[in-house]
Amino acid sequence: MIAAVDPWIFALSFITVAATLVMGYWAAGKAKTASDFFVAGRGVSVGWNASAISGEYLSAASFMGVAGTVMSSGYDALWYPVCYACGYLFLLLFIAGPLRRFGAYTIPDFAEGRFDSPLFRKIAVVFVLFIGFFYTMPQMKGAGTTLAYVFKEITWFGTAGLPYWVGVIVVGSVITLNVAIGGMKGITLVQAFQYWLKMFAISAPIFVLISLYGGYGTHLGANSTGPAVTNAVAMVSAPATPDSTTVVRAALPAVAPDDATWINPFGRLSSKAAKAAKLSTEESRPYALLYTYSLIIALVCGTAGLPHILVRFYTNPDGVAAKRTTMWVMILIGVFYVFPPVFGVMGRNLMPSLYEGLGSKGTDKVVLELPRVINGTWGSILSGITCAGAFAAFMSTFSGLLVSMTGALAHDVYGRILAPESTPTQRMQMFKWCAFGVGGAATLLGCFVEKLEINFMVGQAFAIAAASYFPLLFMSVWWRGMTMKGAATGMLTGGVCALTAVVLTNVSDLKLVDLGGFWAAHPLVRILCEQPAIWCVPLAIGLMVVISMITRSDVPADIRMKMLVLHAPEALGLKQEYVRDHDGH
Amino acid sequence: MGAWWARQDLLVVFLMRPDSKGKDFHLHRPGCTIAIGAAESSPSGMPTPDPKHTDFIHSEEFLAELQRRQFRLSVLCAASFLTALLALPALNFFFPGLMATRVGGFPFNWLLLGVLFFPLVWVISWIFIQRSIALENQEAETARRHAANEARR
Repeated sequence: MIAAVDPWIFALSFITVAATLVMGYWAAGKAKTASDFFVAGRGVSVGWNASAISGEYLSAASFMGVAGTVMSSGYDALWYPVCYACGYLFLLLFIAGPLRRFGAYTIPDFAEGRFDSPLFRKIAVVFVLFIGFFYTMPQMKGAGTTLAYVFKEITWFGTAGLPYWVGVIVVGSVITLNVAIGGMKGITLVQAFQYWLKMFAISAPIFVLISLYGGYGTHLGANSTGPAVTNAVAMVSAPATPDSTTVVRAALPAVAPDDATWINPFGRLSSKAAKAAKLSTEESRPYALLYTYSLIIALVCGTAGLPHILVRFYTNPDGVAAKRTTMWVMILIGVFYVFPPVFGVMGRNLMPSLYEGLGSKGTDKVVLELPRVINGTWGSILSGITCAGAFAAFMSTFSGLLVSMTGALAHDVYGRILAPESTPTQRMQMFKWCAFGVGGAATLLGCFVEKLEINFMVGQAFAIAAASYFPLLFMSVWWRGMTMKGAATGMLTGGVCALTAVVLTNVSDLKLVDLGGFWAAHPLVRILCEQPAIWCVPLAIGLMVVISMITRSDVPADIRMKMLVLHAPEALGLKQEYVRDHDGH
Repeated sequence: MGAWWARQDLLVVFLMRPDSKGKDFHLHRPGCTIAIGAAESSPSGMPTPDPKHTDFIHSEEFLAELQRRQFRLSVLCAASFLTALLALPALNFFFPGLMATRVGGFPFNWLLLGVLFFPLVWVISWIFIQRSIALENQEAETARRHAANEARR
């Protein structure tokens, strides 16, 4: 069986997984107290922490999904990497500093502390799980896709290739076990290591491919915007470009978008709904513009609401270190995001056969398979490297999410709601059981989403976060008039509307419910369901303002002190500690 | 009498100041840790409203100024990148020909979005971080100066 697997790809992937597990296990011995598990004891240096944050942030969506979406949709897909980076900046500008000063580890911590309301904590915790599960699904798609690629030549009970769901279950179980024994202390080290692995894995193959097959610009230059050429075996790029050289293009299959649609804005991704409604190209442009804006709002605002990102701001010893860390994170992720689109661009010219693949055999695996255009051992080695990077990508993000979701369950639901009198030992036990529960559920969900694009699903998780947590955090930090009722109404309405819209889109795309006719008749509704941020975010903020004004008398009495803690420099020592560490120090 | 409370509070604040490592703020009690300054009775760990906080740090004036200056900085930085980010789709919409001009093989809009946008994000975050650290130092200095004056009185 193993004989049918490419030895290089298998070996490099295996080493990555093994190294992750060994490091996790090794660090687990060092995690002693409950706070070690939750935020790694806060004593993490700037360099390590910046690498770890970046490692956690760069998920399967960034590593595999961006390239896949760029290949399938062209220019429209570039919004994803850019807005992932901008979203982090937005978080830094408005939310990270105040939340750090406030001393709340998690969004539910903040929700309770800001409004003195344990009830609100229970409401807020729900969205950690919603957003978390939506964000784990694309990671699982990445896992299934990668394993199906690594083991594509084996025979599984009579069928060729490893089924997608087997890969999901294998990876899901391994990571769940790792989180259950290691907690976050293990993960800080592992995440940092994985950032550098991902950076190497995305850039090294690109440099080799560019040296052999022509540069980024040359490949884009080959996609002339003239009449579509679908059957040319080789074509010379537009002579107008000064440094153009010949790029040998493989024939595009009929299902691939033509060059003009692909390379121009408002292409296949954003004008899909309008095209399904049989509108002309000119008529569909305003719809595509609306889609683009909604996507931007979701991605930029949504980052602030991702449950596993915020907690990392607390692993720095002080505010200045946190800021320095953030600067490094911006650089580390910005450099990374230049590379994945290059895979998509080159994949279109060199390996267009991927357009014909379905599910886990489609464009989402372009990062894994593209290096194989180089024949022989070098192709295998480079493909092995990108596979190792993919493993690092979905393993690190899945681990981080699992820790956040498990933390929410063990720390909030169990420790605060179900059994407030529990001992630290009981809570540690509960952390492990919750990890198994959450990991199992996420794995199961992952098995159903093979047909959805990785990036598309991540965009949906961002939209839900943008409509629920972002308004809560932004308004509570900067407006003292917020009341618990206003916050809860806005967050719940915005979040539930976005969730419903997104679920509706998914069940129809997965053909569980046939809404094709309805969508074709109402392209605007389709866009607003597929990308709900443009109406859900203002709705949530508007409700927060209106309800807070009505319930003005409920503004916490010590609001001035709370705002002071949120905004006064940490040097004044007004910071409050929230999480009770039963072991003491 | 009110002044006595305020001064003791300040004393604690300034003794804690030099290294604001989280755990240094703890008093240890059986079963749980509570932040200094927080009243025991508050279940969430927040200080209960204290009418005796009459010093400058706890004044409306200081808080309003803090929030105003921080918000202004954040909004200015956000406006600069949001303008760029939100203008791009509009430019693509209204000037498709111009934005599709080829530069070394790259369509111009592709070059902007796929490559040049990241350095812009770095510049903005660098400016923000420098300014916000300076702002915090200034605010802390103002608060300290007022506290010293109040102590002398």
